[in-house]
Amino acid sequence: MASRISRRSFLKLAGMASAGVAVAGGLGGAAIKAAMKETVRSGEVKEVATFCELCFWKCGMIAKVQDGKIVKLEGNKKHPLSNGKLCPRGNGATGLTYDPDRLKTPMIRTKNRGQEMFREATWDEALDYTAEKMTGIKEKYGPECLAFFNHGYGASQLKHLLQAYGTPNIAAPSYAQCRGPREVAFDLTYGEEIGSPERVDIKNTRMLVLLGSHLGENMHNTQVQEFADAIDNGAKIVVVDPRFSTAAGKADWYLPIKAGTDLALLLSWMNVIINEGLYDKEYVHSYAFGFEQLKAHVQAYTPERVWTITGIKPELIRATAREMGHQKPGVLIHPGRHVTWYGDDTQRVRAIAMLTALLGAWGRKGGYFYPGSVDVPKVKTKTYPTPNRSRADLMIKNYPLASHVLASGLCDATFPIPNSQCHIRGWFVYGTNLVHSLPNPEQTRRALSELEFVVVSDVLPMEITGWADVILPDATFLERHDDVHVASWREPFVSLRQPVIEPMYESRPPWWVAKELAKRLDLEEYFPWNNMEEYLGMRLENAGINFEQLKKDGVVTFPRQPMYLEEGVPPAFYTPSGKIELYSPRLAEQGQDPMPTFQHHGDPPEGYYRLLFGRAPVHTFGRTTNNPVLNRIMDENEIWVNRHVADKWGLKNGQKVILQNQDGVKSNQIKVKVTERIRNDCVYMVHGFGHKSRGLSNHKGADDSSLVTKYNTDPIMGGTGMNVNFVTFIA
Amino acid sequence: MARYGMVIDTKRCVGCHACVISCFVENQIPDGYTRSWITEITQGEFPKLRTEIFSERCNHCENAPCVSVCPTGASWIDEETGIVNINTKLCTGCKACMAACPYDARFVNPKGYADKCSFCEHRTRKGLASACATTCPTSAITFGDLDNPASELHKKLAGRQVVTRKPEKGTKPKIFYLK
Repeated sequence: MASRISRRSFLKLAGMASAGVAVAGGLGGAAIKAAMKETVRSGEVKEVATFCELCFWKCGMIAKVQDGKIVKLEGNKKHPLSNGKLCPRGNGATGLTYDPDRLKTPMIRTKNRGQEMFREATWDEALDYTAEKMTGIKEKYGPECLAFFNHGYGASQLKHLLQAYGTPNIAAPSYAQCRGPREVAFDLTYGEEIGSPERVDIKNTRMLVLLGSHLGENMHNTQVQEFADAIDNGAKIVVVDPRFSTAAGKADWYLPIKAGTDLALLLSWMNVIINEGLYDKEYVHSYAFGFEQLKAHVQAYTPERVWTITGIKPELIRATAREMGHQKPGVLIHPGRHVTWYGDDTQRVRAIAMLTALLGAWGRKGGYFYPGSVDVPKVKTKTYPTPNRSRADLMIKNYPLASHVLASGLCDATFPIPNSQCHIRGWFVYGTNLVHSLPNPEQTRRALSELEFVVVSDVLPMEITGWADVILPDATFLERHDDVHVASWREPFVSLRQPVIEPMYESRPPWWVAKELAKRLDLEEYFPWNNMEEYLGMRLENAGINFEQLKKDGVVTFPRQPMYLEEGVPPAFYTPSGKIELYSPRLAEQGQDPMPTFQHHGDPPEGYYRLLFGRAPVHTFGRTTNNPVLNRIMDENEIWVNRHVADKWGLKNGQKVILQNQDGVKSNQIKVKVTERIRNDCVYMVHGFGHKSRGLSNHKGADDSSLVTKYNTDPIMGGTGMNVNFVTFIA
Repeated sequence: MARYGMVIDTKRCVGCHACVISCFVENQIPDGYTRSWITEITQGEFPKLRTEIFSERCNHCENAPCVSVCPTGASWIDEETGIVNINTKLCTGCKACMAACPYDARFVNPKGYADKCSFCEHRTRKGLASACATTCPTSAITFGDLDNPASELHKKLAGRQVVTRKPEKGTKPKIFYLK
């Protein structure tokens, strides 16, 4: 079976795509002619160093500007995350800046919320209105009743504003809807979170184990660069995934696991490694707490029993476990990033952390390194007020181990809370399309209807902006300063985001919005700088970093520090016991399993398939699925259906279907991809398509989040496990 | 004098399309057309599968059918670089080259001439690598001089199984894929 987009069919497809644009967005002949005219450029090419925000990896890039237009983006060779390379999204980032659908002026709602009807407004009008509403909420209910949702580096100055305003309810969906369980799991085990960029030593690993992580489709640049290095170095690669991912195509062992059973596999690997004496005995003896309990605990997870759960043959479980024992300690059991799958996610990632400990791979070359760090303190301003009320996300149900605010919890707390004076009355949303990023979008829409005030800042008219009272058009990352990125990495570094061109239209950078609102909220003393360049100058000077040089280079790196125990890093573990906690007294205290226990997550009913979702290399969620440059490669998603399942339903490759979930919710039309590359009990789609916002040109494909009406809440930290929905096909 | 070519490591390549998109931007390829593309081939039955990924473009063949078929001499091989070039002023857009190319590497630019990968001649003349090789996140693409045994490209070839696309066509492609 061969799949190839021939150049001619590519032409046809792309032609159809631009016809769609012409109808929806009015990008007609004149605009195309204008674009072609621009091919004659004469001016000098200026280069500006900055860092990317097409995803959140923050790769250093060099922008080439000619006649005031960004003509090319390249990786910054000096930047440790890009190493001179950019992923497809970075290469196509100008598609965001020059997207004709951009929000161009501030707007104020004219009809009912959610009807997407607005009038243009001046910045003064929009900011005065926002400040008036924020002041009203503060005076009437208290500042804690305003929630700030954000994603991305642009939020830093707005976060500062909202903290000065006095709300503790500041959240990003990247925690409870993405990597939160991972951070809690590693903190419980080692006393440290993983963070981003992940402290994973992929390029030096002798064995890489990926559970659902689809590196190569998930294009976190440095990790993919190092993944290729690991392949070259002959590292053994194990891929555990119900779908034969790109990474699976590179693997020595592909384990076609039944979705939802990874924890059983991890426990079985530990069973083999302990029972066959393959663990790092000296490491475990010196640094770990609770080995005997773990040994007893994993006895139930024999490869023979786990075969019946996971579908992975016992000999395959043993062979891969033995290889880990053979290759230790340089074995990387990858912690994943989007790990909110089934609601027992903290426990599953705990098992990853525990297996890592058995292999002696934490703090070891080829496993998890100790990142170097550099201290660049923020500019000191007046101390933030202490909120009178605690986090609203924990009022309905308390998760003492939730180390960050739960975006989903703030959404829940937007409805009146029994026996409480305070529920959330206003949302300030920056750069996160909550209608698509939180599970159960119907609940999100209901919450939005309840609110007294909603202000949204974004680059594009996303679904969430349709629910705003006030829309603030954001400048893209190529048009603005943000705070510096201070990164812990092999070589710690500080990276600068600076404007490559002036903000287009009436868009403004978030630092400016924050300062302007501060003036109107009587919080100006928190902003003792005239502009972001002045702020950055103060911050960098305090840290002894040459700002002028940073402007030229885009990044300054600091010397590599010892990264491994074998290089003399002291074996410190910041848990209560000071050891690696295989058995977790902290979880026991919370009434949770001190060691992970496998639970079944149900099977799809007859005729239904588990809905799985993930990423494609050219897109970052719904943020990029309107990008005209990236959409030349992929402007819609497909539903991956196993060939036998397709035969049973009479589905043909390329045919359009509607999906319906267990609660009767239907998707947009989506193309079927008939493939050998997935199990017959699940289906898969790339997340982020199926926009419905009137202002976006590309509505193609289906939106997985609309089908996620059900989710399992992680009892340890409140994360929302979203792989618990089943779908069937409607022709 | 040089004989430019590419070595592309299919084991490193993840098919991410950074090469294709960097080419769009670098060479201002009009919407709806492309000079490069990804071919993904899957063989076998689940779960025993094998996938291969090829980042493809004009092979700058030594025995280029597009050149021999061209009635106006618009398609030509630059002796200095080995690059299969198009003189857009001579091209009438007759599509004979498109029909002759076994790789489907050419298209008619809306401006009226045949278009395809130029090995980023405007960059390579300055000693830079092509846009695709420069940006490739996995460093799967190596651009260089096939006549220079000391080049990075030759280092990559050493000890590896090498294939070209459609060798049976006898075109002598200058893009070599490492398996």
